[in-house]
Amino acid sequence: MAAPWLSPSVNRLLSAAKNASLQSRCSVVLSNGQYSTVHSPTEKTFDKILIANRGEIACRVIKTCKKMGIRTVAVHSDVDSSAVHVKMADEAMCVGPAPTNKSYLNMDAIMEAIRVTGAQAVHPGYGFLSENKEFAKRLAANGVTFIGPDTHAIQAMGDKIESKLIAKAAKVNTIPGFDGVVQTAEDAVKIAQDIGYPVMIKASAGGGGKGMRIAWNDEETREGFRFSSQEAASSFGDDRLLIEKYIDNPRHIEIQVLADKHGNALWLNERECSIQRRNQKVVEEAPSTFLDPVTRRAMGEQAVQLAKAVQYSSAGTVEFLVDSQKNFYFLEMNTRLQVEHPITECITGLDLVEQMIRVAKGYALKQKQEDIPINGWAIESRVYAEDPYKSFGLPSIGRLSQYQEPTNISNVRVDSGIQEGSDISIYYDPMISKLVTYGATRAEALSKMEEALDNYVIRGVTHNIPLLREIITHPRFISGDISTNFLPEVYPDGFKGHQLEEEKCRELLASAAAVHVTAKLRSQMVLNNLRVSSTPVEYMKWELCVELGGRCYSLDVTKSGNSFAVEVDGGKVEVKGELNLAFPLLPLTINGSPKMLQCLSRDASGNIVLQYLGTSFKVRVLSKLAAELNSFMPEKIPEDTSSILRSPMPGTVVAVSVKPGDTVAEGQEICVIEAMKMQNSLTAAKQAKVKSVHCTQGETVGEGDLLVELE
Amino acid sequence: MMAAFSVARSSCGLVQGLRTSFRSFSPVKCGAVASAVPQTNLLRGSRWYCISHLTVKERIDKKRKAALAGGGQKRIDAQHKKGKLTARERIELLLDSDSFVETDMFVEHRCSDFGMEQDRNKFPGDSVVTGRGRINGRLVYVFSQDFTVFGGSLSGAHAQKICKIMDQAMTVGAPVIGLNDSGGARIQEGVESLAGYADIFLRNVLASGVVPQISMIMGPCAGGAVYSPALTDFTFMVKDTSYLFITGPDVVKSVTNEDVTQEQLGGAKTHTSVSGVAHHAFENDVDALLNLREFFNFLPLSNRDAAPIRECHDPSDRSVPTLDTIVPFESTKAYDMLDIIQAIVDERDFFEIMPNYAKNIVVGFARMNGRTVGIVGNQPKVASGCLDINSSVKGARFVRFCDAFNIPIITFVDVPGFLPGTAQEYGGIIRHGAKLLYAFAEATVPKITIITRKAYGGAYDVMSSKHLRGDVNYAWPSAEVAVMGAKGAVQIIFRGKENQAEAEAEYVEKFANPFPAAVRGFVDDIIEPSSTRKKICRDLEVLASKQQVNPWKKHANIPL
Repeated sequence: MAAPWLSPSVNRLLSAAKNASLQSRCSVVLSNGQYSTVHSPTEKTFDKILIANRGEIACRVIKTCKKMGIRTVAVHSDVDSSAVHVKMADEAMCVGPAPTNKSYLNMDAIMEAIRVTGAQAVHPGYGFLSENKEFAKRLAANGVTFIGPDTHAIQAMGDKIESKLIAKAAKVNTIPGFDGVVQTAEDAVKIAQDIGYPVMIKASAGGGGKGMRIAWNDEETREGFRFSSQEAASSFGDDRLLIEKYIDNPRHIEIQVLADKHGNALWLNERECSIQRRNQKVVEEAPSTFLDPVTRRAMGEQAVQLAKAVQYSSAGTVEFLVDSQKNFYFLEMNTRLQVEHPITECITGLDLVEQMIRVAKGYALKQKQEDIPINGWAIESRVYAEDPYKSFGLPSIGRLSQYQEPTNISNVRVDSGIQEGSDISIYYDPMISKLVTYGATRAEALSKMEEALDNYVIRGVTHNIPLLREIITHPRFISGDISTNFLPEVYPDGFKGHQLEEEKCRELLASAAAVHVTAKLRSQMVLNNLRVSSTPVEYMKWELCVELGGRCYSLDVTKSGNSFAVEVDGGKVEVKGELNLAFPLLPLTINGSPKMLQCLSRDASGNIVLQYLGTSFKVRVLSKLAAELNSFMPEKIPEDTSSILRSPMPGTVVAVSVKPGDTVAEGQEICVIEAMKMQNSLTAAKQAKVKSVHCTQGETVGEGDLLVELE
Repeated sequence: MMAAFSVARSSCGLVQGLRTSFRSFSPVKCGAVASAVPQTNLLRGSRWYCISHLTVKERIDKKRKAALAGGGQKRIDAQHKKGKLTARERIELLLDSDSFVETDMFVEHRCSDFGMEQDRNKFPGDSVVTGRGRINGRLVYVFSQDFTVFGGSLSGAHAQKICKIMDQAMTVGAPVIGLNDSGGARIQEGVESLAGYADIFLRNVLASGVVPQISMIMGPCAGGAVYSPALTDFTFMVKDTSYLFITGPDVVKSVTNEDVTQEQLGGAKTHTSVSGVAHHAFENDVDALLNLREFFNFLPLSNRDAAPIRECHDPSDRSVPTLDTIVPFESTKAYDMLDIIQAIVDERDFFEIMPNYAKNIVVGFARMNGRTVGIVGNQPKVASGCLDINSSVKGARFVRFCDAFNIPIITFVDVPGFLPGTAQEYGGIIRHGAKLLYAFAEATVPKITIITRKAYGGAYDVMSSKHLRGDVNYAWPSAEVAVMGAKGAVQIIFRGKENQAEAEAEYVEKFANPFPAAVRGFVDDIIEPSSTRKKICRDLEVLASKQQVNPWKKHANIPL
């Protein structure tokens, strides 16, 4: 509906908002050429493919299948029964209850789904069964095509120890380390001492940062061994670990390879994935600012050598660590489609899913190495449901009460598997979407990313957009001076959100004042009441006090038309725009330049939460009178948090290490919470006696639940 | 109850304490009242006066100044120190700037015992500030008790001032807001004070259902004084600084030997979560008054006015896709009714009444396309959303308020029935549950009902069903209208039958869907949840001209 009193621009935004979620799900053909599916209708392909995955990757695969005219089957757990991938697919089957080992990892149920639906091939996506050789074997035994490499390649590359040996043999640079399985924590310490600290302990079967720890001394090695083997066991059902030299301050650069069953293999350039937290990627880009054509070629050729050495077919990724001297070391090969594949698609124009399907059907690659271009620059931000203020991201859960993707902006691609109303549950990865922007240059891609992040509406769960936006606008990131230690180096005391400069601060205050004034004026707009004062006081000037970060600012606001002239601290700010109080986005023109703010909440007490420059800021806008009177109001004393331990996130209690009466030292582990397959040790904030324990092992706890009280 | 006036210990103590200090304090210079004092008073030995040399105008100014100063700077400071605002500051913050028109600024108490007749014990305006003003341009009458004058205690004059503005509010049809901060009865005045309370009570009762009455408790309110807030439509409290009780902790200790603090006995937390006496609590005075302004925007001025329609930026035809997936597939799994309400109403703006009491029912105000509506919803998240004594009473009172003041009622139903058990039966669930039934049945305002999931048993009838004159009754596809859940039903219908699971499946197939109700016309339509907002907005437009009159009666006899 076009509300008559709104300007055309606002109406356009409104309708864009309405259509946004629809677009993101249904746009089969991407108009902006980020990748293209050039499927020739004469080339016979599968009739029906089952996608053994969920979320965004299932949706991604279904999109290409639709373009290729292939029917799709989704599998889902019971809690996912109304998920987007289920709605998108032609058919869907429930394969079990919520826990992944009972549904998405439940091979029997998935095999049954294949049998019932008659799917000829299976695309495994990433994670879950994508690198499970058992699954690939069972498919083969049933005459179903696995869209991925052959079993022997999965096996060879899936095992980190074996893969390293093969890589060495194929003349691929490798990291010094121990090429065997580590049995005990004491073994681990001994090996670590031999290699020399720092060392990396990781799950032999692992990937995606799970079951991976860095140790700088014996103590950390023991702890790392314990956590890694537990995580490895719960994530991969295989607790074998290996240890290798940890390369300090490296870059993580990976080469996308694509091979067919006819001995052809291509490298599709690199992706730089150095921005990580806890060994999980956050921001990726292609190409890398760091590689020169010579290094790129060397890495590409080694990657292809490795692929050929294992008779690889399908899409795969060879990960390298690159040190400051551009020496590169083979890390591992992922025998699947990577999460961050879209940026490669953007710069090469290839549809990797289409290529995987073609290769699986037995077709030879049409492209030659010299056909693979680097067109422009692509950046991917992983938008997660997590709190970036807690160690760069602890999982958060909730229901997406409002959700709007910035797909109305050109050169923006959003891969997601959720929609407004979806639940982010503790059972699965907390990723909301992959936000990809593309441009002719890196600067263009980055400025698109800024715009896209500012226009992304996510309500109901805590998300990491504040962190993403800070990263992509950080001078070090812009200059390309990054490494895998970027986050801890740039934010040694943890991420604290955007630090407002004086001018930006004034802009924020002025915007808050504009929202406040608009709301106040609207309160007087009673349409059906004739008993309002015959001499309505048409306020056009307001004296306000705005609290921000413990400081109180005096503002003078004058309104004329849709423009607010605001005086703050002697500075003048002009805020222009038709503020729509029902709409989450606030497109404003501040001092002549367009800005996108978001109003996250607003209440009668004058509290307004605005998202500006990615970070949400809590302000309190009061009239001058209310602010004066507010000074008499007593401060409420917040509870002492050093003597209570609350769960920082929703999850399961896997271990409680104390009981009432115990004395704990500062920093001593009190309990371990597992969420999204990550184990987090919670420690005592001070030395004290344990007063009471409110959780038991195996219990599910919510964020903020009281776990343990100290005296 | 009258005994309560004198046993309100905390209040007596306060007033006595204040009285001693009054003796050393004289805010009004001598002679200011001399000519106003009748001849007989001149002869009284105890009264100190002198002939005034001031003009009438000067005397008026002096009096006004004195009235504005209340109990004097020292007591104002003391009030601030407690984290409380003064009576006048509160009014200033509550009302639009410059809109307050004060009445009875010159009224003084008439007590002549215990030295009260002395000039230094007389304060222009006495211990309450009264008048009218506007909130966002809309008329309201206000009284604000002044704790700095005799601890805000209620004298005959104080009561008379309140009654005057209440009478005016009734004649013009405008709400009354009371800002309560009073130590209780003025002991020195004895029965005069008691009479004053009764005068107010009577007006509270007569005004009930004619103009909205709101009490904001911003300090102590003890003894008989509590019955005025109790008679008003809404009682709000300020956390940590307001108390409501019949007798204070000292009396409680002497009578029942219970040790209890003021906060535990009658603080905001107690009354908003345990007793259900108060409807909402706010952080502090400023917070409370700002929220009260917002709350006021929802209300019509009187029973002769329509509920306000505010300019709305939220499209009335907005589709709400999130609702299509909000009800879980398992009928035993909970969800949050507030998610549904917030998604449907304008701008997610929902003013919940009694959010911490009887949480198995949600009530509150919101707007649909700018129009104020009252919302009632079962809350599956708490006790499966069943109806029990407390939730029935909470819901009934809210529904009756809406009906009295022309506010359409939107009811979201997901109710498994009434809560069984001895506690409920002995507590009188039959009598109390009947209140909600009664309230919905007698209501003649537009009534729109949406069955989101379960509507079982008698509770189905109660929750604004078609049979109780629901104007528009919708069912979502997930609705199940039945006498009870499948398991219980099967155990009765197929008692002793071997294959209970099969029978259960048959029952589910037959009844766990909206069709049995829809084929009988008990729901008007089965709608896509995402279209709910659009449909309600359209229906409300049509129902705006609804006319329905109950049979003539002196008054109805709700099962109290």
